[in-house]
Amino acid sequence: MQFDTSMLIPVLPEIFILTAACVILVVDLFLKEEQRVISYGMTQISLLLAIVVTLMTAPAETRIVFDGSVIRDGMSDLLKIAIYIISAGAFLYSKDYLKDRDLFKGEYYVLGLFAVLGMMVMVSANTFLTVYLGLELLALSLYALVAFDRDSANSSEAAMKYFVLGALASGMLLYGISMIYGATGSIGFQAIGEGLANPDVNKMVLVFGLVFVVIGLAFKFGAVPFHMWVPDVYQGAPTAVVTFLGSTPKIAAFALAMRMLVDGLGGLHADWQYMLVILAILSMGLGNVFAIAQGNIKRMLAYSTISHVGFILVGILAGTTKGYTAAMFYSIVYAVMALGAFGIVILLSRRGFEAENLEDFKGLNERSPWFAAMMLLVMFSMAGVPPTVGFFAKMFILESVVSIDMTWLALVGVFFSIIGAFYYLRIVKLMYFDKPVDASPLEAGIDTRIALSVNGLSMLALGMFPAGLLSLCSAALS
Amino acid sequence: MIALSDYLILGAILFSLSVTGIFLNRKNVIILLMCVELMLLAVNMNFVAFSHFYGDTVGQVFVFFILTVAAAEAAIGLAILVVLFRNRRTINVEDLDTLKG
Repeated sequence: MQFDTSMLIPVLPEIFILTAACVILVVDLFLKEEQRVISYGMTQISLLLAIVVTLMTAPAETRIVFDGSVIRDGMSDLLKIAIYIISAGAFLYSKDYLKDRDLFKGEYYVLGLFAVLGMMVMVSANTFLTVYLGLELLALSLYALVAFDRDSANSSEAAMKYFVLGALASGMLLYGISMIYGATGSIGFQAIGEGLANPDVNKMVLVFGLVFVVIGLAFKFGAVPFHMWVPDVYQGAPTAVVTFLGSTPKIAAFALAMRMLVDGLGGLHADWQYMLVILAILSMGLGNVFAIAQGNIKRMLAYSTISHVGFILVGILAGTTKGYTAAMFYSIVYAVMALGAFGIVILLSRRGFEAENLEDFKGLNERSPWFAAMMLLVMFSMAGVPPTVGFFAKMFILESVVSIDMTWLALVGVFFSIIGAFYYLRIVKLMYFDKPVDASPLEAGIDTRIALSVNGLSMLALGMFPAGLLSLCSAALS
Repeated sequence: MIALSDYLILGAILFSLSVTGIFLNRKNVIILLMCVELMLLAVNMNFVAFSHFYGDTVGQVFVFFILTVAAAEAAIGLAILVVLFRNRRTINVEDLDTLKG
């Protein structure tokens, strides 16, 4: 492989975020405690500049560099920009929460940026090696973030569970990759695709590897029956971390599925389709049913995540461009919804008080009609009530499976969403029809208020005009 | 001459031992960390075997990366273990049960 500098241009966004994270790490050392806001500001500016860098270096056509390790295409650019924006939102919401709990440290932002870098690497990966490195960079940063509140017994327990199950998932994924390498003699996605077409390839070894890859993927997605870590981590980790962990990594997980299953193992679509059908039905079912039984809002949102993951998997298993577009739309929209929901949970918390139970939402309308309305929009969107964007996200997914003659799967999806609507609407009922238990006013900075309003209203705006984001998604995949 | 399948069987045995270890172990978190390491080494065995029999170096390069990542992972795992022990005064797996529902 001949190296020339022009090969660095497609990876400039990654280089930029890496440099920014290292600079913030060093600058943070020289800051006094009260100047910590500078690290925060630098992080937000880096994410903003990363959008500019990504847009400026966007190639006209797909570029594959570094001996086939990295791919830069429309999908990677769109997903990266979504990751920057949603991560910036998560950092913004978490600022006051961290300050109130003496967790406002530069490490949070450095680890956050490394996690963003890991997601970027995953999104642009073109070999199994690159996928693995991106995945581990993301996972290792997240393990450390979950344990960020060092004095909390719950968060260290959550971190340990996340670590063990995450490492198990990586092991499974690697075992699958080794089998696929054994069957095709390559780890590059294009080469594997060509290897699958070869009639001499050992199909049994290949499918054996595929099973492990799908299990690893399901762990990372948090799909049933590999979902055990999701509720514990969401409940145990500091809410600020969950805001980040619950939103953008879903986009990265979607990219992971697209790169591995579609780019790499697209030839085995008939085999992985049935595995994903099982995962999707179980996730939609168990996620929605278990969420009803939860009294802890973070745990409830964890089970709701599991059910949404089921929907994303339905879009992917359709195996058509329409299905991939719908799944991409859904994962971006879901990340924005989760960001909004956890933003409100952070808003209700204050120094010495964690809004963790459903009761804390009682009478929110009397305390703050505006933010109750924002939560209403987010909940309606998660439940899939028109005209919010969640409705269209679900509709596109269902359309894509109906068009491949799997109407029964669409019916299963609709059935479980109706069950799911119950617990989202229960929050709306608590907010509007119950008396507040705790009538203290909501404390939030002006930046959080504006961001939450934008976040809530975007549910409505995207729902009124879904065509914009949808056409971006379909352009990215074509 | 040892055949490729022998290496793969050894890899599979090591891998299943480590998975069984993770699920059966109810005593000590450190054993979980050891099982995780064993799992990654089982995968390395597969990669090296394939790489040797194909005469292709990619598998060995992959092994170097896995080893490096495993070292980082062990560091983070042990760091979390220390934090856990400070907060709980125990590293018994059965005592990790406050989060449920």
